[in-house]
Amino acid sequence: MLNQYVPVFVMTLAACGTAVAMIVLTSLIGPKKEFDDKMEPFECGVSPVADPKARFSVRFYIIAMLFILFDIEAVFLFPWAVVFRELGMFGFVEMMVFLGVLGVGLVYVWKKGALEWE
Amino acid sequence: MFDYTYLPEMNLIPYLAEMMVKIVFIFSMNMGVFAPLLGWVERKQSALMQDRIGANRADIFGFTVFGLLHTLTDAIKLLTKEDFIPRGADRTLHYLAPFIAVVPALVAFAVIPFGGQYELWGHKANLVIADLDVGMLYIFAVASVGTYGAVIAGWASNNNWSLLGGIRVGAQMLSYEVAMGLTLVGIFMVYGTLRMTEIGAAQENFFHWGIFLQPVGFFLFIACALAENKRTPFDIPEAESELIAGYFTEYSGLKFAMFWMAEFLEMVTISAVLVALFFGGWQIPFVSHQMLADFFGFLGPNLAQVVTMLIHVGVFWAKVCLWIFILMLIRWTLPRFRYDQVMKLGWKIILPLALINIAVTGAVILLVR
Repeated sequence: MLNQYVPVFVMTLAACGTAVAMIVLTSLIGPKKEFDDKMEPFECGVSPVADPKARFSVRFYIIAMLFILFDIEAVFLFPWAVVFRELGMFGFVEMMVFLGVLGVGLVYVWKKGALEWE
Repeated sequence: MFDYTYLPEMNLIPYLAEMMVKIVFIFSMNMGVFAPLLGWVERKQSALMQDRIGANRADIFGFTVFGLLHTLTDAIKLLTKEDFIPRGADRTLHYLAPFIAVVPALVAFAVIPFGGQYELWGHKANLVIADLDVGMLYIFAVASVGTYGAVIAGWASNNNWSLLGGIRVGAQMLSYEVAMGLTLVGIFMVYGTLRMTEIGAAQENFFHWGIFLQPVGFFLFIACALAENKRTPFDIPEAESELIAGYFTEYSGLKFAMFWMAEFLEMVTISAVLVALFFGGWQIPFVSHQMLADFFGFLGPNLAQVVTMLIHVGVFWAKVCLWIFILMLIRWTLPRFRYDQVMKLGWKIILPLALINIAVTGAVILLVR
């Protein structure tokens, strides 16, 4: 039988079609003039000196790791929120313990300075 | 009341027809009305706010139509521009990035109800493209894919500024995604569901609107939504005074327009989510579905439902337009935050407040029960 995701699928197809059409159109229409100075990456008229594929600050990696930890926490919270009324006091206390543990984790990360950007 | 377990078991042809009409309607609203017009609204509104005349140059035979023709000239200009890819760029990813940015922005609208459920000539019309039980979770999932578009664009351009913009956008979107998910947990606890149509139906009573039940969640959510939208005051990934244009510096023509469109469509989606979760969706304060249907009862049961439906759809889009106006107002009022301020707001203020909000909401629900 028809699934409730069929409309989502149809809509995704339509969106992909629109996006592909736009990309194809823009690469077909319009001039194509290539010369050496123009093909340089734009840096306000100065030739690039540094290589963009260089290293960057470790803080961005830390943010990515923290994201995984806390987003999984959010994933646990969604189903709990939906059945919250049925779970009652037991579910509430249980989730508060879980959030408490994660809160301690947040305080630890905070005190360690992982969230500082100087 | 309504049957929420609405599943299309009945008839294939009316179901497919209804689905196509809804998809075409939302697509034409997004691509035909909002994507081109918001560019004009942004210019005209900023001009009014800054006491300028603004957007009044393009004309046909001397008629400028409030500068609306700039929309048309923009489209022609972007279409005929050269599609530029810098030397050393990753061509495949350079093509892929705008695609990944724009598709989620178009698809995210699927679960937002733009009207209630109406019995028309024996066919039950449900004004939402896909009435998914995961509802809001679907929007989170789809919207977060859009982040890849920006990050890949920054990486693929072989430009230092683009890469910096791409990294910033990655860290900012990840930080605020955590907070955004947590700010809405309160709403799901209050209504006990993730399904957007049920949340909308539960707001038939004016005092059960999300803004009254979850005021703190509302303010936290709107801050996160602004940050996810990457517009001023959270536009550090594309800060033009430091990074040229951030991750889409090396994009031109329609590929540039796709990033621009994605940003506007995200704004429409954010407004629609705000309306659906906090401002009663398609509901009119103090006027229930039944009252409207009875008022137009002299038209016969079917036409009365049609008129009710049209009024509800109109009310929904009016609320969305009001929210777009407010978001534009914020964008043209506040200056840009510094990067450390943005990260501090996300991790040290919104995240703890959202957790406290969940605990308080839970305690209040248990006490009131």
